[in-house]
Parts: sequence; structure tokens; C-alpha cells
Amino acid sequence: MGHRLSEWTGHGPILEEDIAMTNIGLDLVGQASSLLTLAGDIEGEERSEDDLAYKRDVKEFKNTLLVEQVNGDFGRTMMRQYLFDVFHFHLMQALSDSKDERLKAIASKSLKEITYHKRHSREWIKRLGDGTEESHARMQNALNELWMFSDDLFVSCDGDQELEDKGIIPNLDNIKSQWDSEVKALLKEASLTIPEEVFMMKGSRKGIHTEHLGYLLAEMQFLPRAYPDAKW
Amino acid sequence: MIERSPGLTEGEIWNHLSEVCDPEVPVLTVIDLGIVRNIQVVNGKVKVVITPTYSGCPAMNIIEQDINAKLIEKGIDNFTIETVLTPAWTTEWMSKEGKAKLKEYGIAPPNIGAVGSGRPKECPNCRSKDTKLKSEFGSTACKALYVCESCKEPFDYFKCH
Repeated sequence: MGHRLSEWTGHGPILEEDIAMTNIGLDLVGQASSLLTLAGDIEGEERSEDDLAYKRDVKEFKNTLLVEQVNGDFGRTMMRQYLFDVFHFHLMQALSDSKDERLKAIASKSLKEITYHKRHSREWIKRLGDGTEESHARMQNALNELWMFSDDLFVSCDGDQELEDKGIIPNLDNIKSQWDSEVKALLKEASLTIPEEVFMMKGSRKGIHTEHLGYLLAEMQFLPRAYPDAKW
Repeated sequence: MIERSPGLTEGEIWNHLSEVCDPEVPVLTVIDLGIVRNIQVVNGKVKVVITPTYSGCPAMNIIEQDINAKLIEKGIDNFTIETVLTPAWTTEWMSKEGKAKLKEYGIAPPNIGAVGSGRPKECPNCRSKDTKLKSEFGSTACKALYVCESCKEPFDYFKCH
């Protein structure tokens, strides 16, 4: 998601939003860097955050499908952001009580930043969803296209149960019910309708992604692959 | 080898580091900002503990290098710099001098006690209280963009965090 937002840098519809998306992207890249460093430590194979970000291929990435979706127009980017921000907020809020001290530290730090992100995307959903005919149509269209990736946010994988029993990670069903009530209330307020009978795409926790991630990684990983171990 | 006085104290290190400025807001030192959390001197070995303002703050690496350079400049070579995330940085750690310097520099200081990121007490240019939020995200992660309705000047507000 951080990388996707960085694609807006210099292309935002107005200067303030260009800066906002760049700022949010920066927060997310910073948080990812802390989480990848922790993952590398736990794995114990001396892989650094950069190794994990730049030297893995599509199937080794376990990011949720929503965040790899293309930016589209500004409205679509905000819809993707909002659906993710609400999930991110509740997940990190729960992780702020994790029994794992390192995870707890990253989550408490991130939560302060995510609070801004959510407030920002939330305002845009309301403003554009309940705005002009054109902005409403674009937001409804974005929701129709992105809704199919929303269930993937809450899919568990092997090992989750054990971590949950130990109090390290929260139960994702609880996160889902918090997400559901918050998102549904706001969409209603923004005069947007959740599409019905949507095929829900899932698979990220198994490394199954949409076609977009490969292209994203090609760009994101170009420099370290072309110039291994380059430093600046 | 540089001769080190045997009685190196924590106070001296704090003094040395009050000469290290933030690369993005150069009127503030790393002490003003509350980035330096702890300094310990044990058997002549110095440990400096720092914390980032925001997770993605691009200045963190430079700050670490600057602290590194400053200690070496002061003839101290036996030290480590450790980064911690907890407790998470807050603007409440910003010093009084820091806030005064920010204002002088044209950035409205964090208005502590306000709800959320708060809003500036006044325009740092003309002191008018009539200010308007332009964007919650400013030129760096720690700032928001405001405009003064009275003098019409845009200005940065250092957010409560």
C-alpha cells in the first residue's frame, strides 16, 4: 500500500492531497519496515527488512489482496484506503495489547499514525460519496470493484490459532465485526450501496495474488535487483 | 587514540547532543524534540537511546549519523546508539524552548491539551487567532498545513501526536 501511494507523488489532484498521500505512504513504508525487521528476527535466517521487501517473489508475499489493487482515480484510491484503514486501525488497536512486546510496540506506534489516515480517507468517502452525481458514480463504481477483496482481510492461516491462544494476535472474526459495523455505517452515510452477490476473492495468506502484484514488484524491486546491494 | 577524561558524565553527553539539530526542522535540536530518550555512561561506555517521531520519518537515519558524528567530534568513540519504539514518541516531550524556537521560526508549535492533533493557538506571523486547516498532512509527517484568514499567509502547524 505504501508503494501504491508513492505512485501518486507528483500526480495528486491537488497539492494538499499529493502531500497527504505521500505522507500516508511514508508512514506505511515505515511501519512495514519495522514489521519486516521483526519478521526477519523471528525467522532467524538473517534476512533484513530489505531482503524481505526486495528479494521475495509474488508467492512469498502474504499481503492482503486489497492493498495491491491499482490506484485508478483519486476516488478509487480513497475507497481502497478507507476499507483498509478501518481494518488496519482495529487490527493495530488489538495488537497494542499483544503479549509480544515487540509487536505491541510497533502497533502502539502505528496506531497514532493510522488514526490520521482513517480520519482523512473517511472524510473523502463522505464528501465524494455524497457529493455530485459524478463523484457519487465514481465512488459507487470503486466500491463495486473493490468489495470483492474485502473478505480476504479476515482470512486466518495455519498457526494463527496458536498465536491467538497465546494472546499474541487477536481473533480476526472480532476485527471483522468491528470493521463491518464501522464501514457499513459510513457507506450508508455517504449514500453508497454495498454490492450484492459478489464473488469474494481470497488467497493472499497462501501467496495467491491478483495479477497486479507482479507488476508492482517489478517496479518496486527494480533497483535492488539491477544493482544488488547498492547503498545511498 | 584520543585521550578520554575518566570522568565522562551523562550530563556532558546531553550537552553535546544539544548541539545536534533536526535535519528537517533545523531550529530544533534532537533534545528539544524529545528524540533522545536516555543516555547512560557505564565504565566509560556511552549508550544513547533514541526514538523516531513517526514510523516512516526519513530523518531518523540522518539523525543517527549526526549524533554519531557529534560524539566522535567530541572525542568520544566508545558508544552505541539504540533505537526504541516504545513508549511511542509524543509531542508532549517537546521542550518549552523548542516550542518557543518553532514559533520564532514561523511554525506554530503543538497546542498541547487539544483534542486529536489540535489546532494552532495563533498564526505565527501575525498572531491572529483566525486560522483555517488546509491539509492535515504538511511538508513533513509531523506537520499540518494551515492558512491565516487575517494575513492570508499559509503556515505549518506542528501537530500534537
